[in-house]
Amino acid sequence: MSIDWAAIGSVFGVSLVATVGLVALFTLGIKGLSARARATAQGNSAALAVTAAYVCFAACAVAVAYGIHLIVAKA
Amino acid sequence: MENFSLILAIVVVTALAFDFTNGFHDTANAMATTISTGALKPKIAVAMSAALNLVGAFLSVEVANTISKGLVDENGIRPEVIFAALVGAILWNLVTWLVGLPSSSSHALMGGLVGATVASAGFGAVHGDVLVAKVLLPAVAAPVVAGLAAMFSTRLSYALSKNADDEATRKGYRAGQIASAGLVSLAHGTNDAQKTMGIITLALIAGGSIAPGSNPPTWVILSAGLAIALGTYIGGWRIIRTMGKGLTDLQPQQGFAAQTSAATAILASSHLGFSLSTTHVVSGSVMGAGLGRKGGTVRWSTATRMLVAWVLTLPAAALVGALAESVTDLGDWGTAAVGVFLVAASAAIWKLSRREVVDSANVNDTAAEEPAGVVTTAIAAVTPPPAGPVTDGLTATIPSPAAAAATDPAATV
Repeated sequence: MSIDWAAIGSVFGVSLVATVGLVALFTLGIKGLSARARATAQGNSAALAVTAAYVCFAACAVAVAYGIHLIVAKA
Repeated sequence: MENFSLILAIVVVTALAFDFTNGFHDTANAMATTISTGALKPKIAVAMSAALNLVGAFLSVEVANTISKGLVDENGIRPEVIFAALVGAILWNLVTWLVGLPSSSSHALMGGLVGATVASAGFGAVHGDVLVAKVLLPAVAAPVVAGLAAMFSTRLSYALSKNADDEATRKGYRAGQIASAGLVSLAHGTNDAQKTMGIITLALIAGGSIAPGSNPPTWVILSAGLAIALGTYIGGWRIIRTMGKGLTDLQPQQGFAAQTSAATAILASSHLGFSLSTTHVVSGSVMGAGLGRKGGTVRWSTATRMLVAWVLTLPAAALVGALAESVTDLGDWGTAAVGVFLVAASAAIWKLSRREVVDSANVNDTAAEEPAGVVTTAIAAVTPPPAGPVTDGLTATIPSPAAAAATDPAATV
């Protein structure tokens, strides 16, 4: 019986790292946006936080695009 | 097309019926968390999932080809064997839907194939080691992988967003959740719709209607895509309720972590060549997300029932598949009897489901769950569930309709 431990291991590692990374990025993005909400409530601007938020969301969008690419180009 | 015999037509219709059950069984995988956290309205969620499944079905024929080229020896297999396998898979899908338990449609299909093959060609025809490496191991690995990923990301996400604004947070996570649920739907369409395409193509090859090694014909791709999309749209609300509400209570943040972990694990596994069942992945990630939140709990009784269903899926579908195959072996009237039994059993299950209707209106109610729980426990206690009804049916309920049906084909053939 041949069990492909390498494949299991890589699926495990990739899933864990990618999920935690993506969720962290997205959470940071949301944090940035909520900083803006708070800042505008106090009459300030939070340009840095908002820029960082959009960078985070853009990175997530790239990940989704890569996911779609994987689905479409499945060989 | 000159060899398009009656049995071939029956197999094609049955395969599409399986595809349909596959669709509504697996709507939960993509949309249960989205519906339970309120990210999308139930009807909109299933419509979106159905559309993406349909798109997914057209994206490639790779999975279909691995089934129709090589998995089983094309020379040894008869359309009747495929028919029997499908009967086993459909009935198991319907029974698990009735009790609201998510179980792998792929396992049901494989179980049906294994059972029908054993009944037709003996135990030697099944590769036990392939079964362990390709079916049992992934079934154990999938929930663990997705569960841990979901748990850690939920923890991290709650830790990071400690003092974030509530309204912005909810909205944001809902959007993220919809995106990852969309990915799961698309991946499901490319995988599961194609399994049916592969089966139909295999049957067409086995029946001599198209040449061995052919790609699925366009009408096969189209009808398989439509069948799975329709099934998804009808929605297996019972399973959605179990997955979205029964296992744990999800907040948008957890739903996002769960769905992202599921999408990642599914894509990673299919890309790295170690296919995991969507159902197992999503169940695992929902539980992981439940455990990841402080104060979050997993209802282990529901989880245990699910586990029982997973363990039983393969043997139960195999048993039904084997019984169906031995009956079809008796001749054309046997095939007819199995067909009549399939329709009668499906109708009976549907009738039973009407006693306590679960639909888009009450999918998020947990109060109504008690009766479902009782039925579920009762059925989960019988091992294995379909065995009883099948043997009973074959001896007791079948003869009268079968006699009528048997004369029909005999007259036309």
